[in-house]
Amino acid sequence: MVGAACAWYAGRAGLDVILVDRGPVAGGTTGAGEGNLLVSDKEPGPELDLALLSGRLWGELAREFGDAVEYEPKGGVVVASSPDGLVALERFAEGQRAAGVAAEPVAGDRLHDLEPHLAPGLPGAVHYPQDAQVMPALAAAHLLRASAARLLTGHTVTDVLRAPDGTVRGVRTDRGDIHAPAVINAAGTWGGELAALAGVRLPVLPRRGFVLVTEPLPRRVRHKVYAADYVADVASDSAALQTSPVVEGTAAGPILIGASRERVGFDRTFSLPAVRALAAGATRLFPFLERVRAMRSYLGFRPYLPDHLPAVGPDPRVPGLYHACGHEGAGIGLATGTGHLIAQALTAKTPDLDLAPFRPDRFAEEAA
Amino acid sequence: MRSPLELVGAQPGPAFTVTLDGREIEALPGQTVAAALWAAGVTSWRGTRGQGRPRGVFCGIGVCFDCLVTVNDRPNQRACLVPLHPGDAIRTQEGTGHDD
Repeated sequence: MVGAACAWYAGRAGLDVILVDRGPVAGGTTGAGEGNLLVSDKEPGPELDLALLSGRLWGELAREFGDAVEYEPKGGVVVASSPDGLVALERFAEGQRAAGVAAEPVAGDRLHDLEPHLAPGLPGAVHYPQDAQVMPALAAAHLLRASAARLLTGHTVTDVLRAPDGTVRGVRTDRGDIHAPAVINAAGTWGGELAALAGVRLPVLPRRGFVLVTEPLPRRVRHKVYAADYVADVASDSAALQTSPVVEGTAAGPILIGASRERVGFDRTFSLPAVRALAAGATRLFPFLERVRAMRSYLGFRPYLPDHLPAVGPDPRVPGLYHACGHEGAGIGLATGTGHLIAQALTAKTPDLDLAPFRPDRFAEEAA
Repeated sequence: MRSPLELVGAQPGPAFTVTLDGREIEALPGQTVAAALWAAGVTSWRGTRGQGRPRGVFCGIGVCFDCLVTVNDRPNQRACLVPLHPGDAIRTQEGTGHDD
């Protein structure tokens, strides 16, 4: 998705773009997510700023592609599970409001106005009208098709071509060389490998997640609904399995149930403990799900950087190399802002956001 | 025409009765919903969610979820996998199979 967004915004800035992918469109993490466009789970700071910018840009794109990419500005509802949790959640939301997020407290006795099927007795929630959703594979495909980019799927990048002075000259693929004055690393969870081909370190690690898919249902879950614990899980550094319920309906009918996080490398083995925890968590939020069948599950690998911020912008170590990866579980949402900022960097415009927190060389000192 | 039962020399147990939308049809022990419906000459038992197009068995091995059917008031069962028991009530299914 990030690659498609870079292609779209770079193309609109007047640049010729070739998009190289070793697999098909949306064959990696893009095709394995839920299509979250969230501000609700982000604390004030550079990632939230990028999310707010991205949300506005998604809204603009939606005027052109909205139906085709199943864009739904449905809003998010973050539910506290205890009175203490509600206090913490409301404090968190207060900070977000100061940073420009719309975050409306919802008392426990008003929750069912927003979500009629929520479990009874929950202490309260915060409603985030800016949260939205797209179908990520459709979004990547439509954005790419509408961009003027040449698309080379099934081409594996095997090297980054560089001039004697180290400047990027293009990429070598298993099907020939492509010459270009700028190369954007939008390889997601595999961005570290691509960086290594250019001789630089970018410590992108996979963080596995499962999603459970229910049978198609009439619309019973209106918003993106998740437990407040999710925010803590997202920010954690633990390698062990963590799950916090995230529940949302889709345009096609099935309900998607996430979210699990664990660092187990690129292990694609099905995990019954993980999906069992997902099902149990979702059922605590929405008891009716107990009687709903889960049809299947899928899994993906979030591109995780140690400080939970993506790498966006030029790499000072390799002139001509740009990074647009490492967005962890927020890559769909943050794709538009990332593509926009990359296009500004490519055309020597002042970027709308300070790129310093996203500098790709910020981990260099940790190199072994 | 010879049936598969004859070809393999099968000697199934006694047939029993189930219902399809209230109408009685026969099933043999071990038969799935889909097998019994086919044997009764029924090849379509679901209308799709969008346009109500007819659906029956496609993959036949539980993968495609095309043959969904309501059995004993439980919607979205895969007809190709669910074995029948005497008295089971099969209902053809429209849309999501859920009421609201």
